[in-house]
Amino acid sequence: MFCIPYVKCLPFVALYGQLLLGLINGSFYALLSLGLAVIFGMLRVINFAHGALYMLGAFVSWWLSVALGIPYWGALIVAPLAVGLVAVVIEKTMLHQMYRLDPLYGLLLTFGITQVIEGTFRYFYGASGQPYPPPPALSGPLNLGFMILPIYRGWVVVISILACLGTWLLIERTRIGAYLRAATENPVLVQTFGINVPLMMTLTYAFGAALAGFAGVLAAPIYQVSPLMGTNLIIIVFAVVVAGGMGSILGAIVTGYILGLLEGLTKVFYPEASNIVIFVVMAIVLLLRPAGLFGRAA
Amino acid sequence: MSIAARQGEGRVGIRTGFNLLVIVASAIAALVAPFVIYPVFLMNVLCFALFASAFNLLIGFVGLLSFGHAAFFGAAAYVTAHAAKVWGLPTELAILVGALAAAALGLVVGFLAIRRQGIYFSMITLALAQMFYFICLEVPFTHGEDGIQGVPRGTLLGLINLDNNLALYFVVLAIVAAGHFAIWRIVRSPFGNILKAIRDNEPRAISLGYNADSYKLRAFVLSAGLAGLAGGTNAIVFQLATLTGVQWQSSGEVILMTLLGGIGTLTGPPIGAAITVGLQTYLAALDFPVTVLIGLIFVVCVLLFRRGVAGEILAYIRKRG
Repeated sequence: MFCIPYVKCLPFVALYGQLLLGLINGSFYALLSLGLAVIFGMLRVINFAHGALYMLGAFVSWWLSVALGIPYWGALIVAPLAVGLVAVVIEKTMLHQMYRLDPLYGLLLTFGITQVIEGTFRYFYGASGQPYPPPPALSGPLNLGFMILPIYRGWVVVISILACLGTWLLIERTRIGAYLRAATENPVLVQTFGINVPLMMTLTYAFGAALAGFAGVLAAPIYQVSPLMGTNLIIIVFAVVVAGGMGSILGAIVTGYILGLLEGLTKVFYPEASNIVIFVVMAIVLLLRPAGLFGRAA
Repeated sequence: MSIAARQGEGRVGIRTGFNLLVIVASAIAALVAPFVIYPVFLMNVLCFALFASAFNLLIGFVGLLSFGHAAFFGAAAYVTAHAAKVWGLPTELAILVGALAAAALGLVVGFLAIRRQGIYFSMITLALAQMFYFICLEVPFTHGEDGIQGVPRGTLLGLINLDNNLALYFVVLAIVAAGHFAIWRIVRSPFGNILKAIRDNEPRAISLGYNADSYKLRAFVLSAGLAGLAGGTNAIVFQLATLTGVQWQSSGEVILMTLLGGIGTLTGPPIGAAITVGLQTYLAALDFPVTVLIGLIFVVCVLLFRRGVAGEILAYIRKRG
């Protein structure tokens, strides 16, 4: 038994189960807030459509499976590319016009795009979810001794940590990442060095969107594939981003996992508050450290 | 370019002329309309006109984009409905209590949100409003998915029976007109001038000795209270308070109304509210997804039409005059 004095006692198995669920939610928070932070760093746009793009990733993998018979492993590559392509179209046709305006317009534009995407999917698929089974190789349970781990869930945790670390390495340790960081600091100067900054902005948006699409594929076998899966998530991710501060890539990742775990713990000890715990943490951070846990003061 | 592009502030003569024209025309229209158009529809338009104008007080005159204003509208609807139905308060008092509750909620949300600026402010208000939505979903007095139904409309000062749509219409008109008058007074007051100074250049306003945060918070509370006045009135009209009122979609709708009508103009938000509510009512009868259309209007407004209806008209008049 595991006890918090005066609150509750419960078996370790239940605790581990909720912690795993928290870790999984945390993986999605981390992947999405990472993408938001990368896009914001370069474009100065808060991408409200991030949740819709995540939903799109899940739907593309569902289509691939239902219409073309392409399995999960194919979807893991094709769906992020498809979502990235959608993002290129959005950036090239609409979003690039927002850079010279107040950043609030970027938020409003992507909010409108979200409404269009989500409304269309709701019109055709309703609010109910489509089932998407995990691939056979990752189905079934794994007995760890202290708990039973559904293999697919373990896979999601491992692969999303790898994706987060890969993104961090890409931005902090490669030449492309160095261009990106330089262009974030001073786009005009970087442009005069002969680097195609508008192209980099398009690719950054596509990359952030592809990360959201990737998270969508990972989520498809866990949650049902539904038109509403994105927006409720994106509002929580906004709270994660506010609590973590968008100044640092690593900060966005760490905050995502910590808050996911905290949410899982809340589900164990005080389930009524599990829906709001992340918002409460955000409020407390705002009171104590307005710039965010990893943010620099403006 | 700032989001509130100082649209209302052309030459004084033009602005007053245009405003006077709009006020006279809309006063005549408002008095004649209930005899031509279904009064409940008109009351809905009026409530959202006030809601949008209250929202515009923040975005247009302080430059703060609140993405969670539905919380204040919806909270007031719940409190007014509860006060009228369970506590048995007279209608006018129930609406007042609702507006005060919204203002109190605005004090809490505003206190947290003004700690960050710009885009973060929007994200914080959205997150706190979503938290409020979850609270409304859980607490018993809101009755979850059912909402508070069958709210009595009551009587005005114990004299006039408000179950009569026409009688209620003129009460709602009076409330909404009073709300707009308050907003107009706020914007034109010395207090309003300081708000505009903060909007245009916050560091300079601070260096002149103004406590920007305190002004922002007061504007936020006023805006929340006025949004609550609209929400409480709306609950009396429809005799209903539900979760729809506190959803993030409703926060999006009021942004759209203001954007479509013209951010930073006094006449724009009511125009945007009339267009949006009209479209929603009309489309409800058709098999067309309303959210898609709202999204499309959003995109078109942001890309091509950032001044909104009233902003374009003002710009046209200014160019000719």
